[in-house]
Amino acid sequence: MSSDTATSTGPVPTVFVPSSEALATVLAPSTRPPRPSPLSASLTFSWRALLKIKHVPEQLFDVTAFPIIMVLMFTYLFGGALADSPRDYLQFFLPGIMVTSVVMITMYTGVGLNTDIEKGVFDRFRTLPVWRPAALVGMIVGDVLRYVLAALVILTVGLVLGFRPDGGVPGVLAGIGLLVVFSFAFSWVWTFFGLVLRSEKSVMGASMMVLFPLTFLSNVFVDPSTMPGWLQAFVKANPITHLVSSVRAAMAGTTDASAMMWIVLWSAAFIVVFGTLTMYRYNRR
Amino acid sequence: MSRRTTGPAIEAEGLTRSFGETRALAGLDLKVPAGAVYGLLGPNGAGKTTAVRVLATLLRPDGGQARVFGHDVVAAADAVRARVSLTGQYASVDEDLTGVENLVLLGRLLGLTKSAARQRAEQLLAAFGLTEAAGRQVKKYSGGMRRRVDIAASILNTPDLLFLDEPTTGLDPRSRNQVWEIVRAVVAHGTTVLLTTQYLDEADKLASRIAVVDHGRVIAEGSPGELKSSVGSGTVHLRLRDADQRPEAERLLQATLGGPVQVEADAVAITARVGGDGSELDASAQAARALGELSRAGIMVDDFSLGQPSLDEVFLALTDRPAVPVTDERDELEAAR
Repeated sequence: MSSDTATSTGPVPTVFVPSSEALATVLAPSTRPPRPSPLSASLTFSWRALLKIKHVPEQLFDVTAFPIIMVLMFTYLFGGALADSPRDYLQFFLPGIMVTSVVMITMYTGVGLNTDIEKGVFDRFRTLPVWRPAALVGMIVGDVLRYVLAALVILTVGLVLGFRPDGGVPGVLAGIGLLVVFSFAFSWVWTFFGLVLRSEKSVMGASMMVLFPLTFLSNVFVDPSTMPGWLQAFVKANPITHLVSSVRAAMAGTTDASAMMWIVLWSAAFIVVFGTLTMYRYNRR
Repeated sequence: MSRRTTGPAIEAEGLTRSFGETRALAGLDLKVPAGAVYGLLGPNGAGKTTAVRVLATLLRPDGGQARVFGHDVVAAADAVRARVSLTGQYASVDEDLTGVENLVLLGRLLGLTKSAARQRAEQLLAAFGLTEAAGRQVKKYSGGMRRRVDIAASILNTPDLLFLDEPTTGLDPRSRNQVWEIVRAVVAHGTTVLLTTQYLDEADKLASRIAVVDHGRVIAEGSPGELKSSVGSGTVHLRLRDADQRPEAERLLQATLGGPVQVEADAVAITARVGGDGSELDASAQAARALGELSRAGIMVDDFSLGQPSLDEVFLALTDRPAVPVTDERDELEAAR
């Protein structure tokens, strides 16, 4: 305690004495409002996510510093070797590293849920008569803002280093849009992990096991045509490859229709399969 | 409002629930009448928290069934949720958010408009003496304030049934009294309260009926008075002038009263239950006779009182062990998650 609390000059702390009149006012039965719509409940939960960012701004570190490091590191590490210069490499590489960074950040959704649900507040949420997935949807919508922020940070660093997308502003926005849609869907994988696994550490560990092969064994860093056949087969089936192809195309001002179709299918599949599994676990706890 | 029903608030039959090897609920039966405080009394690890979590729709039972205001807790969980609120053992509010943010958040989730939620939050904070702390994060609150904002969150929509899981554990006596006052006010306005506690005096002071829970089932049920009289008609508390005379006094009390005699930590204090020795005399006559015997034996008594047995003694009589923690309830809570 600070020393000034001991001096007698400060205001005398008032002791709370419950007053029956005041309690009577708040306890008077009132008509219950209609229950909120699923959308309204989800938005209220995403407001909670925003409030948490406001009160604990340090949590934005992983959507700002981490992406910057990723871009700088790989651009200068591979740039000279894989292309004529880091600047040339960046034209190919920036959409890929943007996808890699944002997809890696999605794992914090699972870690966050795992720590959050251990606290009593989720008990209260789960005893509310609201649309069941709202708490999780709201949480992921809050995280989507973090994904957008990370994408914008990477874009800014890229532009400073010399990334010049042919697609212009609409192309870049379309690319980020695709990435965000996919990331929203992909986050449901981590909510399931967050509910099934016991600790924050195991969620992290499991997420890394999935994310490293998924992001590196793709077309993010190099053209897959130099890889052995069996690896090419994996890379071609990898949703990250499709995502990178469609984001790259959008930012270059073109459209990769087949990659785009795959992304829509993958996103729908993640939501249907892992959304269902997540809600099953959420209700069963 | 006709929201309140006349039937029982809770009916549970044969609830079971295991966590691995641990049987947290082993056939729990419960019938809680509406409109009063009902106490679930038991030591740590008795299954109280698990019972509350099942009844509040947080946990599915392995077997048995339970209804809250006639709605099945599994099949009609949503209908149950519309009528209940829960204040868990650990803070059921978001500690990163401020007091007012927590209440506005819940108000919005219960369907209030932004301005109505704001207004309701301010009204509640004022009634709970938290207006000054409204803008501070809950993690910076004292234990008592945290409890109060938690209960405020639970009565935001004046529920018909309020679960309070060990509401005063870890609170100082003053904060404890504040919580008791709030609980009394809540019940006076027609909300049924299911209160779990390991404090016997708390159940005695607040609850109109009590179920004693041990090893996942109810081992006794009744009003505090009924429970006390079930173990004997009364208890005699004595303080002797001379500690050396205590063994002799113990022997005499045992012989005349017929109930178990307990020596206290204080070397001159002794407690004896007026037992069921088939005697026709009532408790006061038996006590008078015992006092006479002591006097004849030359044992000087400085202080004498006759009262109902305490719930502590009830517990001892029911379980053959005092109501002290057997396991850490955190284990049960962890397991319940």
